[in-house]
Amino acid sequence: MAQNNIDRSGTPLVEMRKMQKAFGGIRAVDGVTVDLYPGEVVGVLGHNGAGKSVLMKMLSGALVRDGGEIYVNGQRAEINNPRDARRYQIETIYQYLALADNLDAASNLFLGRELVTPLGFVDDARMEAETRKIMGRLTPNFRRFSTPVAGLSGGQRQSVAISRAVYFNAKILIMDEPTAALGVEETRMVAELIDELKKQGIGIFLIDHDIHQVKELCDRASVMKNGKLVGTVDVHVATEDDLLGMIILGKMPEHLAA
Amino acid sequence: MTDETTEGPTIVKPKGLFAALEIDTRLLGMIGAFLVICLVFQVWTGVNTQILRDAFSWDPFAWLTDGRFLTPRNIFNLTIQTVSVAIMATGMVFVIVTRNIDLSVGSLLATCSAMMAMTQTLVAPGWLGLGLEHPLIAPLAIVVGLITGLVIGAFHGWLIGYLTIPAFIVTLGGLFVWRNVAWHLSGGQTIGPLDGNFQLFGGINGTLGETWSWVFGLIAVAAALYGLMSARRTKIAHEFPVKPVWAEVTVAGVIAVAILGFVAILNAYEVPVLRLRRAFEARGEVMPQGYTEGYGLPISVFVLILVAVAMTVIAQRTRLGRYIFALGGNPEAAQLAGIRTRALIVKIFMIVGVLCAISAVVASARQTFHSNDIGTLDELRVIAAAVIGGTALSGGIGTIYGAILGALIMQSLQSGMAMVGVDAPYQNIVVGVVLVFAVYVDIVYRKRTGS
Repeated sequence: MAQNNIDRSGTPLVEMRKMQKAFGGIRAVDGVTVDLYPGEVVGVLGHNGAGKSVLMKMLSGALVRDGGEIYVNGQRAEINNPRDARRYQIETIYQYLALADNLDAASNLFLGRELVTPLGFVDDARMEAETRKIMGRLTPNFRRFSTPVAGLSGGQRQSVAISRAVYFNAKILIMDEPTAALGVEETRMVAELIDELKKQGIGIFLIDHDIHQVKELCDRASVMKNGKLVGTVDVHVATEDDLLGMIILGKMPEHLAA
Repeated sequence: MTDETTEGPTIVKPKGLFAALEIDTRLLGMIGAFLVICLVFQVWTGVNTQILRDAFSWDPFAWLTDGRFLTPRNIFNLTIQTVSVAIMATGMVFVIVTRNIDLSVGSLLATCSAMMAMTQTLVAPGWLGLGLEHPLIAPLAIVVGLITGLVIGAFHGWLIGYLTIPAFIVTLGGLFVWRNVAWHLSGGQTIGPLDGNFQLFGGINGTLGETWSWVFGLIAVAAALYGLMSARRTKIAHEFPVKPVWAEVTVAGVIAVAILGFVAILNAYEVPVLRLRRAFEARGEVMPQGYTEGYGLPISVFVLILVAVAMTVIAQRTRLGRYIFALGGNPEAAQLAGIRTRALIVKIFMIVGVLCAISAVVASARQTFHSNDIGTLDELRVIAAAVIGGTALSGGIGTIYGAILGALIMQSLQSGMAMVGVDAPYQNIVVGVVLVFAVYVDIVYRKRTGS
């Protein structure tokens, strides 16, 4: 699936150039360059500790980069915190479902961007109404709007996180193992959603361990090892073995190395 | 569970009486516990009175009517004794919800109290030349106190939020520092008597009187009814399910009866005749025969109600409150949502500082002087009140009304035991056991309800 051709002649949606991040003496990300075009899904692959999450956190503003440059639509972007990232319409869906468990779905969806009344008080009724609308599209059977999200299933929680990205018109979406906490049916739902978002011209960085899933969902894959970029390949050309080889050996397969 | 009717508001089909009323069952449990405590002490004091009069009977109704716990006088005293701890407990809710702790509130109260006492007795008359009982003295002292609390609170918050020193350590340090800064400010002396207007905030020395208490009660009822109605209207406007009309009316009725009943009880506590006569003589009048006057709502309790309303609005209706609970529920999620968590911590401790200052006004005005030991061990009472009131130390959960009820329950236990002649050490043993037991009940309750 997902064989639609991506037009890569224009300006990339996102370009991260020579990104650097070190923790103590360890170079978690060392001179990595990746890009992403509208309507494209780029898989970010690698072992645990390869630096893929750190790379994406620099884009989402959760970590401040030590070096390198980020361009959004060809313009240099200064991203130093999550608020900056949101201004560039970069939304993130985290592996461990970054929701406040004690708050309800609406409060989580609007967290940090609450709708307020003219007097400046949070407008819970309007936020709940909006949440009902947006979540009605993604998960029509969802009813538990006024209970804390701690009581929701993994899939329901994930759809709160995805609704957040959709509601705020994300142009660039970072998904950090979005299906890691989900069951089969829920994983399929997320896959359908990714296809849907692609059609709307949203660019997605997908961090994943599952090579099979990457082959299915992504257009290209950027493989990292020990903080360095091994290479970026077209997943329709590279085989699963090629990708595995890149992850484990940290070398481009000969037939792909140009 | 919901009716998908196309016309008119959706009405929730209630599963039971309490479900229909949509009242927090936890709140009901606390009110129930409070009422049980009241009844036990009412009967206990009733039996004691009968024995003392050598007129013991086996009639339970006589025990109730002879009791001294649920008299206007004792209820009046209970409320004014609760105020100081209750005010600080509302702030402690925010602190504990964000997984912090504040051990310094009692000491901070003492420093604020000392600052205000010195303003009244040294700064105002000495440096500013204001005469004794000048009308500006009390407002000036209170402003000084509030600023003191705000600044110290902000400083604590900065140490915790920006320098990332654990709140436990910062406020443990504060516990030592501010207690003794207070001692230094007052030169270790008891400072008093405090300004007459200032003393109005203490409780019995400043009440609204019967008429104004009724006015307050009616305004409160009107506000509550308006709140219920506008909440219902908003729900209908957004086509959310609403509860049946009879449930709304029941809730409104209970609230109205509770507020007006409370006012009636406080009004029923009559000012002693001698005191009234003196007041008339001071005005150069003669007291009419058979004249009586009720105390009504103490100003300190009025202050507590204002604080409770303001803190509840902050907790439930402002971004600040939303962020406090989000930070407590999942600090990482809060940060990733772009919340400035460090500034948030500073704001929380600023709120606590101001509340300590308000408590300092009430506490020092109640005893009519500033003493070195004012507020000693209050930090533990405040934490206990918040925790008995359902604030979870693991963060993210807590309510303002719960903390106030927690303070009231603790004070009732202590006053009740004092009335029936339980010695102070045993009182403390009981309070300690109740604290642990209350938290255990809360844990069981949360497991059962899965929340």
